[in-house]
Amino acid sequence: MKVSVQQDDFDLSTEVRAFRKNPKIGAIATFVGTVREVPMILEHYPGMTRKALEKIVREAQARWQVLDCTVIHRYGPLQPCDQIVLVAVASPHRGDAFAACEFIMDYLKTQAPFWKKEQTAEGERWVEARASDDAAAARWRS
Amino acid sequence: MNGSGNIMKAGMKVTVLYFASVKEQLGKAREELELPAGVATVEAVRAHLRERGGVWAETLGESRRISAAVNEDMVAPGARISAGDEIAFFPPVTGG
Repeated sequence: MKVSVQQDDFDLSTEVRAFRKNPKIGAIATFVGTVREVPMILEHYPGMTRKALEKIVREAQARWQVLDCTVIHRYGPLQPCDQIVLVAVASPHRGDAFAACEFIMDYLKTQAPFWKKEQTAEGERWVEARASDDAAAARWRS
Repeated sequence: MNGSGNIMKAGMKVTVLYFASVKEQLGKAREELELPAGVATVEAVRAHLRERGGVWAETLGESRRISAAVNEDMVAPGARISAGDEIAFFPPVTGG
């Protein structure tokens, strides 16, 4: 298991290769979030971010068979097309890997203390939280 | 967590942090605060800060969606606090 909050970029292949040492793993699901259109600065709550992400990973482990998991979230200034977040989940079978990966992203969106500030031509603008993200996280509770 | 059993004790000291738009509107990232007796929950701290008026009343107003954490755990408004706690107020998160 690996959780990292960092300014540096990451490499998907490197992270996934690290999983392929365990012959019990038969499925690896990954998600990469990238910056859409507008440059931004990602602020976070140092100290809490890692703790929040680790808690989310533990919840996923309690629900699905997760043999390995990597979550990387960047902060600081980011440009369009830059990578923001990686979630990679390794399981014996694809059902658990897909579900746990989506669950971790949905929870991260509503529980991990990151805030995006877009740098537009008209000036800076804090991104508003979206109700659809709350709904996405809530469906795992039913 | 902090060894203080008596949360109603007067003069309870806590650290308060502000993030993102809340930090910018208040013009403050962090402060050490001595709470009056009886201020023992996250929402009571928020109400106490509102009494400063001006940007404090506005930014922490009851109609504003503000999230809170105590000692780096996201909590509900009714969460109790103890001396030495680190309380954080911030807008709904937008990572990922």
